[in-house]
Amino acid sequence: MLGHHFRVLGMAALVSGLVGAWPAPVLSTEAYDPWPGLVQDIFDNRPMNDGSDVIAIEMPYRAEDAAIVPVTLRTKLAPTDSRRVVAITLVIDQNPAPMAAKFKLGPDAHVSEISTRVRVNNYTDVHAVAELSDGKLYASKTFVKASGGCSAPAAKNADEAQNQLGRMKYRQFSRSDQVPADGTREAQIMIRHPNNSGLQMDQLTQLYIPAFFVNELRLWQDDSPVLAMEGGISISEDPNLRFTYVSNGAKRFRAEAKDTAGHVFQSEWKVDASGS
Amino acid sequence: MIRRLWTLALLPLLCASTVSRAEQRELPVTQIAPGVYVHQGATALMSQDNDGAIANVGFIIGESAVAVIDTGGSVREGRQLLASIRSRTDKPIRYVINTHAHPDHLFGNAAFRDRDTTFVGHRNLPRALATHGQFYIDAFRRIMGSELIDDVPLIPPTLLVEDSLKLDLGARPLTLRAWSAAHTDNDITVFDEKSGTLFAGDLVFVDHIPVLDGNLRGFLGAIDALGAMPAQRVVPGHGPVSAWPAALADERRYFETLASDVRASLARGEPINTAATKAAASERPRWALFDDYNARNATAAFAEMEWE
Repeated sequence: MLGHHFRVLGMAALVSGLVGAWPAPVLSTEAYDPWPGLVQDIFDNRPMNDGSDVIAIEMPYRAEDAAIVPVTLRTKLAPTDSRRVVAITLVIDQNPAPMAAKFKLGPDAHVSEISTRVRVNNYTDVHAVAELSDGKLYASKTFVKASGGCSAPAAKNADEAQNQLGRMKYRQFSRSDQVPADGTREAQIMIRHPNNSGLQMDQLTQLYIPAFFVNELRLWQDDSPVLAMEGGISISEDPNLRFTYVSNGAKRFRAEAKDTAGHVFQSEWKVDASGS
Repeated sequence: MIRRLWTLALLPLLCASTVSRAEQRELPVTQIAPGVYVHQGATALMSQDNDGAIANVGFIIGESAVAVIDTGGSVREGRQLLASIRSRTDKPIRYVINTHAHPDHLFGNAAFRDRDTTFVGHRNLPRALATHGQFYIDAFRRIMGSELIDDVPLIPPTLLVEDSLKLDLGARPLTLRAWSAAHTDNDITVFDEKSGTLFAGDLVFVDHIPVLDGNLRGFLGAIDALGAMPAQRVVPGHGPVSAWPAALADERRYFETLASDVRASLARGEPINTAATKAAASERPRWALFDDYNARNATAAFAEMEWE
């Protein structure tokens, strides 16, 4: 799957290179729906079932800041359902690299909610595709308007992320709407990284910023996998995951991130300690 | 031969300038001090109707040359600014200073492209144009239409401000200062000693809600440092020319409120979208365009401050 993921990214980068960096087509946006092609490229044309009872996707209707658009994915399967969500793929249809991320949910972690932040270039459908343990795919979608003003899906403070490259931060939250006794917890992992797209080249300055992004982030409680993300360039600078999971009683939470330059970043925290 | 090439290169510009009579019009400017002229932009978002003319742009005339400070949100606005300059002086335009990479401040650059004119900007401006520029062109083509945007080239500066830089227009020294990340990561200010006028770019907003596209703590630090500059008046990036340093007070209060509300939201463990809808809500009655920018500012502030 990882190899396939890169093929998709690679194709998107190639197409983008031909028509200019981060293209924002005007007329074609409404006339041309890229989704059928994306189902073919990303999901090998597997049948898409209606996901309204399986997976919810929440984003603001308008992208306030094109570089930081919050998205929340929430599983909707009843606790009694014998199936479970194995993976959720997030697709931003009109972005240069539409496949934003694929999340793999740990078999015993009962992850029910994932929030992250993405870059949005244009008016676009955003799809969440859940793969269930029965092997079927279920899609839900929402629509996001591009930001109005001079905000771009690129770094605001390009030196800062680079200077603190790989720094990670972990945080636990207490939620009033959940019973602590059932072991459900909410946590957040952040990693400093510029997540450069590599699509940007200025013809006049010949300034070229190579692709440099976190392509893998894996989380465990002790040695049990909680959540793994295969990320692309549509994930915002300083990748940030906030999620719920069910504690197995572990005392440690571990994270490992890899980027396209081959860096490996590792951290671990005591579960009851907050911060890094 | 060189002369002939140059003429050829100018031809498209000449043709373009005869296309529309509207482009010959002068941009209205006010002389705010001897030799210092400013056009106050509309307090609005860039649109087809306003030619993108929403930022303050201006020029300073010295004994031997002219410096232009920001060129506006379209080549049409830039040409109108050029017409205003030419109806007041024949002196060469030696410098075009871009205060930062945002489109409302430099989409008019092409109107000033000339072999005698040097484009000046922050050391980070070329990088910002490379990473953001094409997106701005694509996004504003969608908003303002092809006619206004298709002829916008990205013109990077060839004279970079590393820290500070003095330019002389002939008995008229200008001091340029490069700031660390604040409104953007490529802000510069221009101080005209002779008149005591500070062109602050978007480090200062008056009436128009301040916009954060760089670093909030950096912005608050810049406000403190700016306040110590010995200016008599400021030309903000948006809003009326104002007395100095009183013009900073509202902006400082806004950012302090935003920072304090976002920190409180973080302490409560709220998600980023909750903070975006609530932070700095008390500032709403005090600013124009609040609903267009506040949630964005809060989003950026949250993503920055959760690292504290």
